[in-house]
Amino acid sequence: MEFIVVQFLTGLASAASLFLVASGLSIIFGVTRIVNFAHGAFYMLGAYVAYTLTERFEGFFGFWGGIVAAALVVAAVGALLEIVLLRRIYRAPELFQLLATFGVTLMVQDLVVMIWGPEDLVGPRAPGLRGAVDILGLAVPTYDLFLIVLGPLVLGGLWILFHRTRWGVLVRAATQDRDMVAALGVNQTWLFTSVFALGIFLAGLGGALQIPRNAVTHLMDLSIIVEVFVVVVIGGLGSVLGAFIAAVLVSELNAFGILIFPKISIVLVFLVMACVLIVRPWGLLGRPEGPARQPAGLSIRPWQPMSQNQRLVMLAVVVAAGFAPFVTGDYALTVLAEIAVFALFAASLHFLMTVGGLASFGHAAYFGLGAYGAAFATTMFGMPMIGSLLLGPLLGVAGAILFGWFCVRLSGVYFAMLTLAFAQIAWSVAFQWVEVTGGDNGILGVWPASWAASPAAFYWLALAVSVAGIVALRVLVFSPFGYALRATRDSALRSEAIGIDRSRVQWAAFVIAGTFAGIAGALFAFLKGSVFPDNLAIPMSVDGLVMVLLGGIETVSGAVVGAIVYKALAIWLVSQTDLSKLVLGAIIVLLVVAFPKGIVGFAEDLLARRRAKADDGGAAARTTPAKAPAKAPAATSGSGAAPIAAPKMEAAR
Amino acid sequence: MKLEVHQLNSFYGPAHILFDVDINVGAGEVVALLGRNGAGKSTTFRSIVGLVARREGRILFEGEDITARPTHEIVRRGLGYVPEDRRIFTELTVEENLMVGEQPERTGAPRWTPEKLYALFPNLGEMRGRLGGRMSGGEQQMLTIARTLMGNPSLVLLDEPSEGLAPKIVEEMANAILAMKNEGLSIVLSEQNLHFARLISDRAYIIESGRIRFGGTIRELEESPDIRDAYLAV
Repeated sequence: MEFIVVQFLTGLASAASLFLVASGLSIIFGVTRIVNFAHGAFYMLGAYVAYTLTERFEGFFGFWGGIVAAALVVAAVGALLEIVLLRRIYRAPELFQLLATFGVTLMVQDLVVMIWGPEDLVGPRAPGLRGAVDILGLAVPTYDLFLIVLGPLVLGGLWILFHRTRWGVLVRAATQDRDMVAALGVNQTWLFTSVFALGIFLAGLGGALQIPRNAVTHLMDLSIIVEVFVVVVIGGLGSVLGAFIAAVLVSELNAFGILIFPKISIVLVFLVMACVLIVRPWGLLGRPEGPARQPAGLSIRPWQPMSQNQRLVMLAVVVAAGFAPFVTGDYALTVLAEIAVFALFAASLHFLMTVGGLASFGHAAYFGLGAYGAAFATTMFGMPMIGSLLLGPLLGVAGAILFGWFCVRLSGVYFAMLTLAFAQIAWSVAFQWVEVTGGDNGILGVWPASWAASPAAFYWLALAVSVAGIVALRVLVFSPFGYALRATRDSALRSEAIGIDRSRVQWAAFVIAGTFAGIAGALFAFLKGSVFPDNLAIPMSVDGLVMVLLGGIETVSGAVVGAIVYKALAIWLVSQTDLSKLVLGAIIVLLVVAFPKGIVGFAEDLLARRRAKADDGGAAARTTPAKAPAKAPAATSGSGAAPIAAPKMEAAR
Repeated sequence: MKLEVHQLNSFYGPAHILFDVDINVGAGEVVALLGRNGAGKSTTFRSIVGLVARREGRILFEGEDITARPTHEIVRRGLGYVPEDRRIFTELTVEENLMVGEQPERTGAPRWTPEKLYALFPNLGEMRGRLGGRMSGGEQQMLTIARTLMGNPSLVLLDEPSEGLAPKIVEEMANAILAMKNEGLSIVLSEQNLHFARLISDRAYIIESGRIRFGGTIRELEESPDIRDAYLAV
């Protein structure tokens, strides 16, 4: 009994920091609609800066002043980031900010190791709160009790800030309707910056307050960001009180889960999250998301199948790729095979995101399940490689059928979060079910058959499967099913009104994407000869997202280009520099700013502009042709002012 | 001139919506912008306050060019905007909604306080603590207007203030707009309903398919039934 009470108090103390960080993420998302992936990085920075400050300035004021100062320093860095980077990309397609903040996260990870070194750092104990209090005969650290009190205090402070100050009222108004707030004379630019700074301050404070409890490590950003996502989703995006309740819930689940269900302790939290999302898709205290306002003219260039010439060019590219074994060595071929595998993985995610409008944050689940499927088939049942390649992906398909059924009931950010939760469940199972999966040690000895064992043969195999998969996905885009899927993406209501079964179509798309991801995963298992839980972990899912966004989310097949560029860059950087994450992060950030439509989107814009210039011949007198590439001729407009007045359609694909 | 719109062209993506729109509003005038659904009334207003991304032409407010200014700056100069779909902050109380609209006092423009607005719209005064989402359509319409007036504008763009309101509320609305005019406010209101516009306007423009088809006094409009029938009658 006593032990349970103490365990409960420990859980509450952990909830405090989690709540601080999660409320910051929630507030930022509410106003700016940015899912700030870098939030964990700021939490980590808060801990490191607090460590340095409290080491230098000792004593009572040194410690507490250092904690607050650390949070302020981190908030200033956050504000700077918002001003320099995020302001440029608020108008970019949804999720692009996620990519940018992911780039920042990568950079911070390397910077932190550069500045503070790779070792764990142990900070000082809190002056005045060093001892322990005797509760029911067991010692509870005084600092934990302080944190337990602090959480509700911060909650109350935030409530006052949001309900009793004009700034807070403006923030709440902007959470609902940003444009209307601007139309009432409020300068959104600074409102956004201040909100971002507040959110980052909370993250930094959460990190700084951890130093008397836990060691400061350069891995703490990723571990907290996942928990924070879970908290924010359970509590409801944008709800501070919801974040508090969910933080307590998650912390207590962690505290007791390890005692009661040690076998499934990691998966427990995600199971609860999945249950909450299924019952209340917008979280405990969140509000249903309104229909997303699509920026006008998002996809002004309609998708078109490739022309005969374009097909010939693609064929030539593939044939040229087939000649690679004659000009490069074995190492390069292994790298190229990996790129081919990831091109298929990215294409499958791209199909779901672009054609289906369903941004999955957990697509690696189906990739990893496919890999595990192939490994089981090989090592447990002794299947030959071809059999494993055919059967292995079925595990991914099964996962997609099961998880997809739940996921397609949601949309937008909540869909993304539920996919993340399911991917984490899959990961936890792979990690904890040691008897079957080998846990962290993975499954080894998944080697290809002798005919495909040479790097050249396996490369050809990977290339062939990948190309076939990508072509199949492209054919699907322009099939009746693809049109129905795009209809559900563009307007869920209208598509249902014309008889399309939205959830069934989206479920099918989910399964299709999962299938091709599973195929890629099975190939990957044979490429590496082994399977690990990492194959379905969050970084893998994020890699997929980065490839899709980098290639261009509004394009038909941008992900393939994104995968090639990203994977090649990542592999090359690791071989060239110790600071590969810093460089890769910086490149991602630069690409986001320079090409907000992705690489392929940028190229298409360039082509379209050139074509429009050729069409206009620079004749338009009133308007600059570059600004108005597709103006409707005046003659067509007499019949009515329907907003879509037959623009000239460029065939860019 | 309070507001001068010269040769305004607006676009949504590749679609060209407004064609060479010209509108002038004198100080203290009430001007109606009439037209059917989809004629371009709301786009005209949205273009004036900078909510349409691509627009060409020149917009002068009190003699100064505001064409390239961001929305919040335009509004801060005293050009208030009341959107068509109300866009009340449903999670905020009446008082908090008014607080969002608050801007400093301005010379040459009537000054509004919550108390003065509660007098103008007595319904609002009785529900200061109510959430915006729990109000009727008419009450929300009054709240949007009151919210914009909290910015102490010298000119207001009212987008279809009578849309979807019960006849009795329409009458109250007309009286409120006349009271605003008596305070010295310049007003541009868009309407499909000639009846309502006639009660309160000095002059009118008719817009159809993104082009201005008529501009003149209300009397001139009434004396030309052919124009009325061509562009307004159902």
